[in-house]
Amino acid sequence: MTAALEVQSFNRSFGALQVTCDVSLTLERGARRALIGPNGAGKTTLVNLITGALKPSSGRVLLNGEDITTTSQADRARRGLARTFQINQLFRGLSVLDNLCLTIGERDGNCNNLWRTAGSNPAVIDEALDHLDSLRLVDDALKLVRELPYGRQRLVEIAIALAQKPRVLLLDEPAAGVPSSESHLILDVVASLDPGIAILIIEHDMDVVFRFAKQITVMVQGSVLVEGTPGEIMNNEQVRAVYLGQESQRHA
Amino acid sequence: MAASETINPQRKQARERAAAHLLSRHHFHWAEALPWVIAIAAFYVFPDRMTFGNQVLVMVLFALSLDLILGYAGIVTLGHAAFFGLGAYTVGLGAARLGWTEPISGLFAAALISAFAGLITGWFLLRYRGLTLLMLTLATAIMLQEAGNLRSDFSGGYDGLPGLEFKPLFGVFGYDLYGRTNYVYALVVLAVVFYFVRRIVYSPFGQALTGIRENVRRMHAIGSPVHRRLVTVYTIAAGIAGIAGALFTQTNAYVTLTVFDFENSAKVMVMLILGGTGRLYGAFIGAVVYMVLEDHLSKLSPTFWQFGIGLLLVLAVLFARRGLLGLLEDAGKYLKKKKVQS
Ligand SMILES: Nc1ncnc2c1ncn2[C@@H]1O[C@H](COP(=O)(O)OP(=O)(O)O)[C@@H](O)[C@H]1O
Ligand SMILES: [Mg+2]
Repeated sequence: MTAALEVQSFNRSFGALQVTCDVSLTLERGARRALIGPNGAGKTTLVNLITGALKPSSGRVLLNGEDITTTSQADRARRGLARTFQINQLFRGLSVLDNLCLTIGERDGNCNNLWRTAGSNPAVIDEALDHLDSLRLVDDALKLVRELPYGRQRLVEIAIALAQKPRVLLLDEPAAGVPSSESHLILDVVASLDPGIAILIIEHDMDVVFRFAKQITVMVQGSVLVEGTPGEIMNNEQVRAVYLGQESQRHA
Repeated sequence: MAASETINPQRKQARERAAAHLLSRHHFHWAEALPWVIAIAAFYVFPDRMTFGNQVLVMVLFALSLDLILGYAGIVTLGHAAFFGLGAYTVGLGAARLGWTEPISGLFAAALISAFAGLITGWFLLRYRGLTLLMLTLATAIMLQEAGNLRSDFSGGYDGLPGLEFKPLFGVFGYDLYGRTNYVYALVVLAVVFYFVRRIVYSPFGQALTGIRENVRRMHAIGSPVHRRLVTVYTIAAGIAGIAGALFTQTNAYVTLTVFDFENSAKVMVMLILGGTGRLYGAFIGAVVYMVLEDHLSKLSPTFWQFGIGLLLVLAVLFARRGLLGLLEDAGKYLKKKKVQS
């Protein structure tokens, strides 16, 4: 069976700083993989390379076996690759419902239409409301995104990604910036996502990582340090030394 | 999805409210009739000021075309006069050199040529944003102006093409001394174009433009062909600016290369920002207020006018980011709230 997503030897530098060094990574269908590593390890950059927001200097990426290395970001999205952003990237001046309707409109190609009235298709509204419903956002549907508390906005990030009906979903610290009293809601949502979607989650909370992930990839300074099951990672000396060591420093 | 079946009544209500809101918000609102009623009333109240009224209508149309790209898609350009000028010269040269004096086909020709120029330049320029785009659009207008100047034997140069004559509309309604025919003509063209623009703005395509303005990174991430969308709207806006330019030439019966001036690009942007961007009727308010003030103040004192418009712009940008129309909307909301409270 072909993998849902396959990254082969990505490299990328910013000036003299090599941020991605020979990174390879595979997501099987329905994968639940966590990507962990200290700040600045190059995790977000890897997501940007996979989605096409950044171009790698070398390496390839395959989506369901098809080489998408040279395709545009939008093309990859239309082929079923979705992501959320570490820092919200939303249509802040639009209502939550419009954020979703627009996403569905672009997904289905409705936005090529200059003549029909937007919002006149009940099926689109219905689907948008379904997505909002599943994330407990219906009561906020008509509020402008910028009027919502940050934690709710993080949910809109996820709702948009889900409305793309992705086959591969890359979640970049979905609970970042949210008080822990609210973050469990976001992480519950993540835990209950459709098992058919291959998911890569970047997350700092080790409890969440060990609970959610079936595989873990550890990145340090642009390279993959080690990959394995949560059990293997937990007992890995290198990981303890490099990553968990730094973690305890940060808490200190 | 399963969620819709297991819904509780309260949530069902919230859903219905949301859906109803989406379906109703693009309906025609009575307040939208206001600018048109005023325009028609002006025809009867100021019968001797129709030439001025006609200039206002041309600028409303020009500002409306800018609103499509600036207000909705967030494209900042300082060269929109390029398309106005192309339209103006399409009918100007058509009449002076080819004897093509039928006005309505002239409008279509101007729209096509300007739109084509928008398509070509947009295709190249809209890969850029911000300052780079400002400079490139500015350069486009300057280059067109210079091209006209180089071939002044053909274009008439800065002396322009004076004394153009156009056929009567539909072969019936001829030019009159007070410009009343022209006023009605411009108003009808504005209304027709406005209908198209309104449809575009409220279409799914228009939603996508708003998305590009709000967050282009997100648009890429959800799979929007951003460049194609921008080029499409730029082409349409260029065509409309061309129609405005053509109306300008036809109703003034002359045209000079000053239509390509930076001042013309800047003026239309000031009008739009003053009136309010991204809200259709901002173009109306902005152009009317600007031109009426200019008409009065510049007669009193040209320097005072320059200072006045500068001050007005600063005030608008500092205190009324959404323009005069935004202020009116706020006032409307405030009054409504008061009424509900009492
Ligand atoms: N656009 C950029 N230009 C220059 N340096 C960058 C850019 N984006 C990221 N970096 C650098 O690359 C490194 C990795 O960043 P990032 O991928 O955001 O790490 P992580 O998500 O693992 O915290 C950091 O040192 C960061 O400063
Ligand atoms: Mg990051």
